[in-house]
This record gives sequence, C-alpha cells and structure tokens, in this order.
Amino acid sequence: MNILVAVSRVPDTATKILIGSDGKSIDTNNVKFILNPYDEYAIEEALQLKEKNGGRVVAITVGPNENQETLRNAFAMGVDDGAHIKTVDMNFDSFFVAKNIAEYAKSFDPDIIFMGKQSIDFDSLQVPSILADLLDFPVITIVTKLEVNGNKVVAEREVEGGKEIIEASLPCIISAQKGLNEPRYPKLPDIMKAKKKPIEERPAHYYDNKIEILRMELPVRQRLNKIFNSSDEEIKEVVRLLHEESKLI
Amino acid sequence: MKNILAYVESINGNIKRSAFEVATTAAKLKSKTNSLAIAAIINGTEEIANQLFDYGINQVINIESDILKKYSAQGIAKAVYQLAINKDCDILLFPASSDGLELAPIIASKFDAGYIADIIEMNIENDDIIVKKPVYAGKSIITTKINTPIKVFSLRPNVFTSVRQNSTSKQFESFNPELTINDCKTVVIDTVKNEGRLDVKEADIIVSGGRGMKEPENFILIEELAKVLNAAVGASRAAVDAGWRPHSEQVGQTGKTVSPSLYVACGISGAIQHLAGMSSSKVIFAINKDKEAPIFKVADYGIVGDALEVLPKLTEEIKKIKEV
Repeated sequence: MNILVAVSRVPDTATKILIGSDGKSIDTNNVKFILNPYDEYAIEEALQLKEKNGGRVVAITVGPNENQETLRNAFAMGVDDGAHIKTVDMNFDSFFVAKNIAEYAKSFDPDIIFMGKQSIDFDSLQVPSILADLLDFPVITIVTKLEVNGNKVVAEREVEGGKEIIEASLPCIISAQKGLNEPRYPKLPDIMKAKKKPIEERPAHYYDNKIEILRMELPVRQRLNKIFNSSDEEIKEVVRLLHEESKLI
Repeated sequence: MKNILAYVESINGNIKRSAFEVATTAAKLKSKTNSLAIAAIINGTEEIANQLFDYGINQVINIESDILKKYSAQGIAKAVYQLAINKDCDILLFPASSDGLELAPIIASKFDAGYIADIIEMNIENDDIIVKKPVYAGKSIITTKINTPIKVFSLRPNVFTSVRQNSTSKQFESFNPELTINDCKTVVIDTVKNEGRLDVKEADIIVSGGRGMKEPENFILIEELAKVLNAAVGASRAAVDAGWRPHSEQVGQTGKTVSPSLYVACGISGAIQHLAGMSSSKVIFAINKDKEAPIFKVADYGIVGDALEVLPKLTEEIKKIKEV
C-alpha cells in the first residue's frame, strides 16, 4: 500500500504565547516546536496499516527548513520516507498547504492519506476536507477507530454526543482524533538513524493567500477572582453568589 | 454584498440551538445590506422553516434529495454549493460543529474561496467582514478577513446570540440538487448515542475533574453535581491519560475547546494546555486544594479546599436552592 501521512510543526502545548513585533503572529523566540500531537495518531495508524498489509509510509510536510525536524520525528516512529515541500516562511494559509499536498499526492498515488484532525496552531480542521475536494477522494474526519479490509474502509467518527460509523472505499483521507490508537515512543537507535535519513525536497507552488490577518492579540477577560475557604458557610456563600450574582444556577 | 446563506442543522425535525445562532447572524448581516438572508435545510419541513423565519430569515430553501437522507459531507457540500450559485450567495455561514467543520471547507474549495473556521465575532467595517477567531486553542485571538469574492465562515457554537426578530419576507421553497449516489463518497451505516450524557461541546454548564479527584471512582461526585446542574462531565488531560475518563470528555488543547456559561473545575490545577481549552467560558468556578494553583488566576469564584470534601457539600447546597 502507498500510505501518505501529512504532518505539521506546531508550538508545544505548554508554550506561553506572546505576540510578535509585527502584531500579526506569535513571537517564536524561545518557543519549542513539536510534531503536531494529533499527527502522532495519524503516523501510528499508518504504521499499523503497513505492518498489516505491507507497503510504504511517506510523511509529507509543508513549511520552512525547520519542518525537516518534524519529518525526523516521523522517521523515528518508523516512517519510511519523507517529502519536504519547502516554503520561505510561515506566511501561508490552509489552502496553500492542501494544494501543495494535493500536487504531491497526485504523483505519489496514495491508497490512503492520514493526518491529525487539526493542527494545534490555527485549529481550523480544514486541510483534510479541502484535500478531499481537490483529489476527489472520500474524507472521514475526527476518526477514533479504523478498519481497512481490501478496498473497504469502516471508520468511527466522533460527533456531538456520540459517534457515527462510516463506510467508504480507498483511496481515502482519514483525519485522526485522540483515542484512535496509542502512538509508539521512538527508541533511541531509531532517533539516531532518523537524523541521517535523506529527505526529498520540492519547492512549494505559490498561491495567493485567501485570508488576511489584520492583528493578533492575547485574550483579555476580567475575572471576579472571589476566592473562599472550604468552610460550610463559605460554600453556602459561593452557591448564593452563583445563584444571585451570576444567575447561573 | 449579494445574498447570505446559512446552513442549518436539524436532527429528526429538531433544529440544533447553534442553527438559531447562525440564522440570527445571517439576518444581522442582511440588515446592514441590500441582501436576503437565506437558510438551507436538508430534507426539512415547513415547520422547521417557520422556526427560522422567527429569527429574521427571509427564505428557507429545503434541499430535497433521497440521496442525502443519510449524512454525507461531500454529498451535502455539492448540494449546498449548487444552491449557493443558484441563489447568488456570496457569504456562507456554517455552525462550527463536527459536521459543519467537515462540510464548510469542501464548499470553500469548490468556490476556491477563503474560509475562516470557528469564529467568535463578526463585524462589518467599511464593507469588509472582519471576524475574530481564537488560535493556539484560545491562547491568542486573530482579527482577520477573507480576500476572495465568496466568503465562508463557521461560527463557534454557544458564542453568538440568537435573537427572535420579525422577518421582512417569508418564502419557503424546494431545491432539487443534481446529485448521483457517487457524489456521496462516504455513507453513515450506523450512529451510536452516548445515552444520557451531555456533550461538553454542547452543554451550557460543564463540571470537570482532574488529578485532584485522586481515583476514577471519585468522579461519581462530579457526576452527581453535573446531574443537579444538568451539566456535562469534563476531564483534564491528566484524568484522561490515566484512563479514568474517556477522551471524548477531555477539555484542553489536545481535547475540546469549550465556552459554556459556567465551567466548574474540580481538582484541576490549570495547566496552560487546560486553560487554553476553557478560558473563554463565561464564568469559571474552581475548587482546588492548592491556593497557588494557576486555575484560580482565571477563576471568577474559587474554593480553596479538597474537591472530594467540598463537592458533596456543594451539591447539597445547590440542591436546596434548586428546590426553592
């Protein structure tokens, strides 16, 4: 099987976000970047599928030079090869990413494409759907369970208050949600080997951004900060405030 | 601005609350321009349409198609795309629900149009639609606009208000999309409901537990309070990773981003990744042993104490108030 996994490079979840000097993006100084957490589930599922059916797993990333680190994270988990669609900076939108992945996919002829349900930077969940439209593939998003039998795919998709069981056929796009599997921890020798693996580089095709960011700000929300102790009287008082002051209960 | 199209979700004849928020937003945009606020429903009824007229919608278009009796993102996307062209719509609004988030980018792609997901505010400034969207799980917020003629947005549920208002015109029409079964590339073969459980994404009140609950069995205290408040149960990453709670309940950067009216955090210290997922809640109430815990910095109300001891008393007090 030809298995493609799209991965992205994002600030670590523990990062405290500060606004950059342009007022439109984050200050990346002292920010630790990691493989997008949801992509770990995508990689794990791709590897398990290869272990079952044979084939090759290729990871693809769109971004500047630093994205090669992200591909090396994928190699350390067991991904066979990596494609880096190179950009000069990080000033591009989801359509740009989807279109560049679509172009690569056309030459790679994948049976299945995995990716995390969202990148934890802009949290838009849109690349899987756009890619599906560009490639005319079925797409199943927010997947927590997957079975591939021959040409048939059956997936569990998380929806509000439950789940849907969805059927489609290959080639198809799957976006991974936490719970799909338990991603493996890379072993030290694999991490060392991953550092030397060659990476296929291609320049990105450029498209005009459809979105313009006017400014980025930190959220400001005034909180009441009324803190009490745990005596019976004070618990009573908090309940009274919730009832009378904020009228929530 | 031409016309505005609001995609409305309904289940078994019941409109989702988020649909009224999307309808109200469409009507509000319309009131500032010479356009129509149009709502699209799939295999709906006139009864549903009448409810939407109460929120200022001018036209309700019922997309009639046997093929779409079961949800298929790509089938619905194609039908809504055809309708948007037919009705000359250049602003398309969706709820940022699991279906809306899957559908909206497909339609944007068909138009090669810009799309902004999960917005929390929308304003018109000098004929531009300027929106706000949380990024990095709400650690920061961008103000942004779309530069293509067709503009697609999805609206975060529970954030936009829904306001009843009279509609200037009320038309109910049918639309038959040109679809074949091959347009629906996916088929829903079954749906499973989490019986008796409210989803954190849809709940008005959430009671969440973290490591401070000490053992999975102690979540009964959370469940009891949630029951009294008609709230959903949430959990921190620590509680989910320990296997105490299902990941569908996880609130935070690698879980769900929520903005309920009231968020009760029990035994949750407030790691940055948890705060990211819940800090847009309208009111935050924290219970934690450690008075230095970061959760208190974002809290409106706080009780410094062991959640295991505070929760039963709190539940009793709230019950008393509810009975009055």
